Formats: sequence, C-alpha cells, structure tokens
Amino acid sequence: MIGYIVAIDEIGGSELMVYFDNSATTPPHQEVVQSFLTTSTRYFGNPSSLHKLGGEAEKLLHEAKRQVARLLHTDKPSEWILTSGGTEGNNLAIKGAVYGAKREEQHLITTTIEHPSVSETFRQLEEKGFDVTYVDVDEDGFVRPEAIEEAIRPHTTFVSVIHVNNEIGTVQPVKKIAQLCKGYRRITFHSDGVQAVGKVPIDITDLGVDLYTTSAHKFKGMKGTGMLYCKEGILLSPLFAGGQQEGTFRSGTQNVPGAVAMAKALRLVEEKRQNVYSDLHEISSYIREKLSKISDIVIHSPSKQVVPHILNFSVVGKKGEVLVHALEEADIYVSTTSACSSKKSSLSETLLAKGVSPEVAKGALRVSLSYENTLEEAQYFIEELHRVIQTVQSVKRK
Amino acid sequence: MYDHVLIRYGDLSTKGRNRSAFVSRLKRQIRSVLSQWPELDIISNRDRTFIHLHGVDFEQLRNPLENIFGIISFSPVVKVNRDMEEISLAASQLLEKEITKPVTFKVSTRRADKQFPLNTNEMNYFLGSHLLKTFENLSVNVHEPDLELTVEIRKEAIYLSYETVAGAGGFPVGSSGKAMSMLSGGLDSPVSTFLAMRRGIEVEAIHFHSPPYTSDRAKQKVEDIGQLFADLTGEFTVHYVPFAKVQELIQKQIPENYTMTSTRRMMLKLTDAIRSTREGKAIITGESIGQVASQTLDSMIAINAVTATPILRPLATLDKQEIVTMSKRIGAYDISIRPYEDCCTIFTPPNPKTRPKLEKVERYESFVDFDNLLLDVLQHVETVTYRANQSVSQEMSQLL
Repeated sequence: MIGYIVAIDEIGGSELMVYFDNSATTPPHQEVVQSFLTTSTRYFGNPSSLHKLGGEAEKLLHEAKRQVARLLHTDKPSEWILTSGGTEGNNLAIKGAVYGAKREEQHLITTTIEHPSVSETFRQLEEKGFDVTYVDVDEDGFVRPEAIEEAIRPHTTFVSVIHVNNEIGTVQPVKKIAQLCKGYRRITFHSDGVQAVGKVPIDITDLGVDLYTTSAHKFKGMKGTGMLYCKEGILLSPLFAGGQQEGTFRSGTQNVPGAVAMAKALRLVEEKRQNVYSDLHEISSYIREKLSKISDIVIHSPSKQVVPHILNFSVVGKKGEVLVHALEEADIYVSTTSACSSKKSSLSETLLAKGVSPEVAKGALRVSLSYENTLEEAQYFIEELHRVIQTVQSVKRK
Repeated sequence: MYDHVLIRYGDLSTKGRNRSAFVSRLKRQIRSVLSQWPELDIISNRDRTFIHLHGVDFEQLRNPLENIFGIISFSPVVKVNRDMEEISLAASQLLEKEITKPVTFKVSTRRADKQFPLNTNEMNYFLGSHLLKTFENLSVNVHEPDLELTVEIRKEAIYLSYETVAGAGGFPVGSSGKAMSMLSGGLDSPVSTFLAMRRGIEVEAIHFHSPPYTSDRAKQKVEDIGQLFADLTGEFTVHYVPFAKVQELIQKQIPENYTMTSTRRMMLKLTDAIRSTREGKAIITGESIGQVASQTLDSMIAINAVTATPILRPLATLDKQEIVTMSKRIGAYDISIRPYEDCCTIFTPPNPKTRPKLEKVERYESFVDFDNLLLDVLQHVETVTYRANQSVSQEMSQLL
C-alpha cells in the first residue's frame, strides 16, 4: 500500500516526465487512493448484507451517489447506476434503453464522432436488425441540432450524442439536442459525458438528458468505476442477470470503494475546475499559439466551443505513432488519437468525419491536459516537439 | 442579476399581536436553514423578509426556502432606487434573456408605500408601455400571461421580479409549542410529523425498535427521516426506545388477540412519559381511521385510555393515496418504502381484535407488572439530535 503511493509521488514529482495523455487516463489523486484504501478495509461489507457491516457499506454507497448527484445537479441519488466505467455505461445506456423499449420497429440516431463504446454498440444493434442513422458533423467537428432533427423519423426511439469529443475536444450542443428530442415523446436521449466531467460545468437537469455516462479514471478517480445517470422513469433492460443490485439495472456486488473514490475525485476536480481553469486555459493557448507557428502543423481542434484540455493536431508528412515514440524518449507522453484506437493502426474516425484527409490524419497527435500540468511542461513539450520534428525528418531524408 | 429574495408570509399575517414573535421566529428559522451561506443578510419587517444575496446564486436557495414553514411564497428580486429611469432599465434587463421568442406578459404592481407618486395602474401602464417599446416580441395578455412582472413599491426601494415560487405555508416551527410524534418510518408517520411541524409545532419523534427482531436497516429509515426533517427545519430530535423486552412480555402474558392492543397501549404510555420529561404538550400519531386493526374507533378508545394528553391525528380522515402523494412531496416516500420490518409488524397476531374492549385489556394487563419494566426501558432511551446538512458521520464524510 505504501509503495503504491510512493510510486505516484515519484511519477507526479518527476522533473523530466510530462504526462499529456490525460484523456486516455489520469493518475488517481493521492487523497482518492487513500479513500479507496480506507473504504476497502474499513467498509468492506457487501451493501446487500443485512447486518451492520452491510448497512454501513450501503449507507456509504448512498452518500457517494448523493455527492455525485449534488455535484452534477440531479435530483436523486437513486438515479445513478454504479458501473465499471464509460464503456459499460454507454453499452448499458444504449442497449438497455433500446431493448427495454420492447418495440418491434426502432430507428436509432447517433453521430459519426462517437467514442467506439458508443459507435460499436450501435454497429452491434445494426447487426441485430435495428435501423441506425449516423449523423455527420460540420468541418469544425460539430453536430448540428438541425441535422439531428432532420434524421428523426416516426419510429425513432433513441438518440445518442457525445458531450465532449474525446479526440478533438469539441463541446457538442447537447442541451439544444435534448430540447428538440423532448418534442418527441417516444425518444430517449443519451449523452456520453466521459470527457466532459470536470472539464465543462455540468448541470444534468438543465441539460435535459435522460441518460448520461461518466467514468471516474478520466478525472483522477480509480479505473473500473463509473456512474450512469438514468433519469427516474427510464427503464433499462440490464446487461447482466444476477442479484438485481442498482435498482435492478446492474447486477453484481457494488464496488463501494470505487464509488467513494469517484465521489471524492469529482469533488476535487470540480474545485480545480472552478479555481484553476484559467491557468489551464493559458497553458492550452500557449501550446496552440506555438503550434500554429510551426509550418507543417495543422491544428484540428477548433478554437471555439472546445475544452482547453484537448488539443489535436497533425504534423503533415509524419506518422503520429513515430512522433509518440520519439517524444516518449524525452519522457513526454501524448497519444495519436484516442487511447482506445491507438492500438489499431486505423485513422481517427472523428478527424475523417470532419473532413481531414487520410494523408493528414496519419500524422495526428492528441495532447490532453489536466489541471496539474504546468506552463514549464508545455514549454518543454514545445522545445522537444521542434527537436523531434527535425530528427524524424532528418532520419527520413537519409 | 437578482440581488435579493423577497419572502411573503402566509397565515401568520393575520396574527395580530403575536406577529412580531412569529416574524422573528421565521427569521431565525431561515437563518438556521441557510446557515451554510454566512454571507447572506436577512432583514425582516412587518410583512416581508428580504435576503440580500451578496453574490449567492438564488437557485441554490430555492429548494431550502421552499420547505420553510411560514413562507407563503418568495421571489428572486432586483432592488432598484425609486427612480423611473432606473426601474425601466432594470425591468428591460431582467426580461431580456426571457424574450428570445414571442412572449405575452403583464405587469402587477403592489404599492406598499402609498406615498409613491404613481398609483398601481399608472405604474403598470408606465412599465408595460416601456417594455412594449423595448421588445418587439412582447405582447400584453392580462389573463394568462407567459410572464408576470411583479413590482413591489416600498419606502426604501422598488423590487422587480418575474418569478414567484410557492412556499410550504403554515407557521414557523416552534410557534405553536412542542409535541412528541410517534415515528415508525413507514408511510404515514413521517407525513403526520410533517403536517404537525407545518402548523408550527416543534416536534420531537419517538421511535420504537426491537433488536434483534428488527434490523439496523429499519432504524436507518428513521435516522434518514430524522435527517430529512433536520434539513427542513435546522434540527430534529429522535428518541429511540428499545422495545423488545416489553413485546416479549406481552407475547408471554397477554391473550393473543389482545397483544396488539396492549402493545399500542405500552407504546403510548412510554411516549407520554418521554413527553412529560421533554415538556411536550401533545402526542402526534400517523393513525388513519380504519386503516388497520389498531386504528378503528374502538381500538382508539382502548388505546387512548392510558393518557389524558391530547393526541393529534393529522391523517385521521385521509385516504392512503392522499398520504402517499404527500409522502412523495416531502421526500420521505423513497425512505418509507424500504422493505424492513418495524416492531409493529413482527409480532402481529393473525386475528387482532378490531373492536377491543377497554375493560378486558385493562384486566389482562392487571396481572402483569409492566410498570417496572417500562421504567427500566425509559432508562435506556437513546436520544439523537440531527442537524441540517450533517447526514454523514465525520468518518464517512472524510472519505468523500
């Protein structure tokens, strides 16, 4: 246990290392790890057990949800379903609502810039015979609410639109889309908020969504934990059969330590968002300005309606993967596109969807920041990027 | 842009000489419920209380204020000087963000200060025509407007708002004396407790639990209800009475079809004893006539006979559905329906008397020494006071 915390200290305190891959995952906050440990050892009871230990664990889980509900502005803790993270949350929201609707004919709508845990879920539903429309985005990477409205048909039952895109950081007009969906009584509206939590102010009641996915490890919580907001009255068909925990929607003994750690991580990141957002904005603007001065670089993240945490750009004529490894040698960690697709050699669907040519998309890099990053790190990154572009070029010329 | 909240009193406006006591009690109540925002200034006078927001977002106060007894309604307001230009400017700024599409409106002026040069109609006309000139999308509808701009003219200033939120009504807690409420955690008793508090009674609850026959989970329901009421009123006290020994003795010594009647009589005796030491003046129950065997008129005679203390039954004539609706409204429903047995259900006989005879139950009880046992039980009552926004133990809250 002690060794683990020391390890985090070493990583966080290292002078050389620059971790700019925070949208892939974040190192958990030390206080969060402490809460996870204490809960695991002190409140180890199964929340479903009848005795006192079970009761305490249940109470703690309830309090964790209450905190999440309060911070993200929803009415009731019972509207939050504890999951294993973003992928499960998206699968449960989409399949759960679609299968739960028990209708013969269902038409579903999503966009071309979703995370694979959403887009692949829709592909599976297509294989099962559901009709899916993938709404395209404009050249800046934004979904137009009118385009969603045009796609709606009499049998449309479900619409899913990502809140903050994980690759280029665009903030989608989710509130507007939720409002227009409300005009159709049959439609359930889901938004994938995995990259939005802690980055933009979130008032779920005001957004007007029916389902909203979150994942703790994207904001310094533990991996393997997330919560799906499921508005009271929305019925989901569960993915797992079992002991009917989580209001019957998600069977399996609840990960109480993960939930507690998530509630704490959320509180801490919301404090940061309110207090040091402008510092992060400054760092992001600095990187953007420096990148714009490098001739071979094309910046894909638009300058407006975007979170400062994510900057996506291409070094034209280079391969993103090579740049990742070259920067890694300088102890700088960035990624090509999203971590999930980095392992595949395929190109970013989001970039292609917004009209970036495959040639340019090949050289894409994503820098993703957290509130802990500093301007010094950004300066170091820019220096090293210059050097790496030179080196990779010279290697190529030989 | 709101900088104040204007609070209107209901019922208590009619209360002659007691008014100032009511108003100061209400003010204390507001301060206690909103204690997590120390920057708020609360100013009370005869017919209105004002909260100076000092930058606090009104939306955060909406829910707490909605649940304070004694408030008939409240509005987020903009305070302006008694200057026609300032009023016009503030009114158009206030409505600006609401008028993104065609909207109907009306102006309602209340002139608390009759010295103000414009009368009510003149003010309505003045502001109405100013707004019509300013916004193309605006039209007048005095019967069913989308927006009602309220203007309150007072000596010190003028207050503008277009939103009025309904309050909980009733009297400020404590203005009608103290009483004990028998709280099981089921659907009825939280509602009867709530209704008594709304009428200004300072309520302390008494809960009977019978470990090991009842679980911690059943007690937890009452703890959560206690916390819910503390969040509403600032603080709330619950007396937990260990009742297993009494129930065991009743099972052993009283004929089966009279155990229920006797159980209720012992509960009432214990409640009355606690009431007396806490200086309460009445007992509140969640009984609804005819709902179960213990709540028939005959049962009430047999049970009620143990005390002359007034017993208030706010739900006596309500239907179950009405009680459920209220339970949902006060936020107790989700707690109440948790499926854990309380001490009233564990020893229920298959055929309890719906028309018990007082003489009979008194005779049965006369053979048993209950009094000493009850005295012993009273020694072991656990009293807990819940405070607003402290639902979690220190240890748990540190984890979060």
